[in-house]
Amino acid sequence: MTATLDAPSAAPVIPSFDVTLKIRRFLPDDGAGAPEPYWDEFTVRAHGTDRVLDALHKVKWEEDGSLTFRRSCAHGVCGSDAMRINGRNRLACKTLLKDLDPSKPIIIEPIKGLPVIKDLVVDMEPFFASYREIMPFLITTGNEPTKERLQSAEQRERFDDTTKCILCAACTSSCPVFWTDGQYFGPAAIVNAHRFIFDSRDEGGAQRLEILNDKEGVWRCRTTFNCTEACPRGIEVTKAIQEVKRAMITRAF
Amino acid sequence: MTTIADPKAPRPPKPRPARLTTRGNTELYGWVFMRASGVILVVLIFGHLFVNLVAGEGISAIDFGFVAGKWASPFWQIWDLLMLWLAMIHGTNGVRTIINDYAERDGVRLALKASLYLAFVVVVVLGTLVIFTFDPCPAGSPADLLPSFCTTA
Repeated sequence: MTATLDAPSAAPVIPSFDVTLKIRRFLPDDGAGAPEPYWDEFTVRAHGTDRVLDALHKVKWEEDGSLTFRRSCAHGVCGSDAMRINGRNRLACKTLLKDLDPSKPIIIEPIKGLPVIKDLVVDMEPFFASYREIMPFLITTGNEPTKERLQSAEQRERFDDTTKCILCAACTSSCPVFWTDGQYFGPAAIVNAHRFIFDSRDEGGAQRLEILNDKEGVWRCRTTFNCTEACPRGIEVTKAIQEVKRAMITRAF
Repeated sequence: MTTIADPKAPRPPKPRPARLTTRGNTELYGWVFMRASGVILVVLIFGHLFVNLVAGEGISAIDFGFVAGKWASPFWQIWDLLMLWLAMIHGTNGVRTIINDYAERDGVRLALKASLYLAFVVVVVLGTLVIFTFDPCPAGSPADLLPSFCTTA
């Protein structure tokens, strides 16, 4: 007997609810005096499966087209939409509305410590400048091997955690030292240095340690664990920073 | 619509090439010193507290004679000198990092650090001077306030 399709069984009903977004808005200077940031509130109808990004889309597409935020893939891979949601740095595309207590307004702010360009869009250049400075590319000496550079599974495992970084800046902009001093390299740059320092194929470790030994380098880390808590990829950021510190100390003594 | 503080960074980060390169191992040694001195200070301070407040007659024994008797011995002179220097350097370095972390304006940071280093110098110089030039038996003092060895000498 062949399987028959039952009468259109009622699909499980996804609960829908009203949710209020309280968004920090900022308009860039148009030459008519210094612009002031302000709070704006929008109430939208959302489903139990919706994420904060869906609610932002609904606001932008149906209520206020001038609301500005970054997003590219919308699936937690590109790292474009890190923002401060209810006081914690998260990716809007990975945060479900139902996990945030939708009975209260959901507070959405741009990430801290970087200059705001408009609404939720910040200038990421200082963040990427730090990233470039730790030379995030393979450094080798000698002749190119004719085949791939071999590495054992254990050697790969050593830095596996820090390869997961998507450069969303959630960790760096959650760091209290970075908030008051934009010169600090920040957790993300150190994580990406860690990825190469502990790679058995890379030979630039000494140079990278030298760069991070700067006054504004790893020694400004106060191990507050904000970065580990903020990372949407679950990287143990503070642990990686401590491992870089240990590598410097064993090198110096 | 309420107005709130400017969301911009308190001090917009300067372009990177302007960064003063301060490579060298100062910060590294500072970091290691904080850990090492912390461990030694735990021993020194709890030893100090035990000898002064618990051992023998305990807290009731503390008077000029007790302190003078302790400082007559080179062992306690060196113990207290180490405690003074390590605690002062440890504490000053800790406050220095807090100033670096939280004082945003250059002038404020300079003023705070200057007063910090001044306080450090005053306390360390004065403390060291007292430990080494201390006279346990000042002339013309009532004998019952002085340590026992003053009368025999």
